[in-house]
Amino acid sequence: MNEALVQLKSVNKHYGSLHVLKDINLEVGKGEVIILLGPSGSGKSTLCRTINRLETIDSGSISIDGKILPEEGKELANLRAEVGMVFQSFNLFAHKSILDNVTLGPRKVRGLSKTEAEEEAMALLRKVGVDSQAQKMPAQLSGGQQQRVAIARALAMRPKVMLFDEPTSALDPEMVNEVLDTMVNLAREGMTMIVVTHEMGFARRAADRIVFLANGEIVEQATPDEFFSNPKSDRAKDFLGKILNH
Amino acid sequence: MSFGEQLSTLFDTYNVLGAFWVNVQLTFWAAIGSFIIGSVLALMRISPVPSLQFIGTAYVHIFRNTPLTILMTMAILGVWTQFQLQLVSDFKANFFIYAVIVLAIYHAAFVCEAIRSGINTVPVGQAEAARAIGLGFFPAARHIIFPQALRGSITPLGNTLIALAKNTTVATVASVAEASGMMKSMIEFNSDLIFVIFLIFAMGFVVIVVPIGILTTWASRKLAVKR
Ligand SMILES: Nc1ncnc2c1ncn2[C@@H]1O[C@H](COP(=O)(O)OP(=O)(O)OP(=O)(O)O)[C@@H](O)[C@H]1O
Ligand SMILES: [Mg+2]
Repeated sequence: MNEALVQLKSVNKHYGSLHVLKDINLEVGKGEVIILLGPSGSGKSTLCRTINRLETIDSGSISIDGKILPEEGKELANLRAEVGMVFQSFNLFAHKSILDNVTLGPRKVRGLSKTEAEEEAMALLRKVGVDSQAQKMPAQLSGGQQQRVAIARALAMRPKVMLFDEPTSALDPEMVNEVLDTMVNLAREGMTMIVVTHEMGFARRAADRIVFLANGEIVEQATPDEFFSNPKSDRAKDFLGKILNH
Repeated sequence: MSFGEQLSTLFDTYNVLGAFWVNVQLTFWAAIGSFIIGSVLALMRISPVPSLQFIGTAYVHIFRNTPLTILMTMAILGVWTQFQLQLVSDFKANFFIYAVIVLAIYHAAFVCEAIRSGINTVPVGQAEAARAIGLGFFPAARHIIFPQALRGSITPLGNTLIALAKNTTVATVASVAEASGMMKSMIEFNSDLIFVIFLIFAMGFVVIVVPIGILTTWASRKLAVKR
């Protein structure tokens, strides 16, 4: 592995009395694609969200490219921009056109001019295959198209790492692949990615490493081949048994 | 006297349109003032700073629960009479401005709540997406939350505006020569025309208020955020 781009050290988080993240240590190298697997409620979303501080942590530290995430303020906003996030429910800005969704961050955070931002945005929309929809509003697009726009919007911030929290779970089945293909391309281009997904085919295909979470703990980490053919922990065996048998 | 004669008697003796024009002006300026104050209050109430939240909440509870007439009286008897705080040299304009300020302060509480109800129509995911692309609290509020919240609060904002238009009659307490004050003197001096007098003022407010209602209903449909 190269030098760690994302580094979590002894991260702990509670929701009230619920200990959702238990002493998480995780290093993600530059260009690495990590797939987070685990049963429902195991803390996958929470882990993702702590990495760009949408959730605070109780102890431990998280650093991106060597810089520790600060608690709050402008510095945090800047570091957040280095971490792209794609949500299950797309969360496109509902009152803005597709193009404006993608240009907003570059203009307001990166300080690009309107023309520069629009040029970059169109290139990104072309890359994810929705450039013909640029002038439409989010509600006019299919779920798959919206999610690809969301990916373009995150990429427009030139993030060092991209987080995906179940990016295809809210999609109709016929649209899942268009989004997964976009993600595979992104991975091929060397983007560092942390992905929560239930798409096992994608996990096999795209992952460099599977991180298996249960009950807020990292129980097992392995290459996809190893993990799927020879899971070591009982909890991983149990999980795979349930997932792969239906 | 025929109905028409009664009308013309009143319109010849009194500057009815001029009086209503004062109510329209009070509404206009107080609407702008209350919108600005109300937006700031709403921002405070959703801010992550507890002391600001507290101030916003306290303001809303205090002013929403105090009768407007009492506020107006306090402003005139308390601030004006006690401290002789003259805002502009012109005497009439001074009272007008007092009335606008009190109306704005009072209705800001309702504007704040209207905007807050609009903010509640904006899914959390919108704010999270804004934060995720690196927008801080103010840029996120300005570009993402407020524009959507305002579209979602047009109807309650319209209701507040209607209430404000009618509440401008309270400015009479501050000796502003507006419609309800004129109505009182009409009744005093032309009590035989009481039916026509009521009709004039009821219709006058209908003419001011109904378009507001129509406009806001139309706008809330037209501008609704499609999700
Ligand atoms: N805001 C919150 N307040 C309280 N508890 C929460 C909150 N968010 C999540 N939890 C709890 O924390 C635990 C971990 O949740 P999390 O969403 O991270 O799980 P997950 O692995 O993403 O699950 P899923 O596969 O269902 O998405 C769960 O028990 C959940 O109920
Ligand atoms: Mg989840």
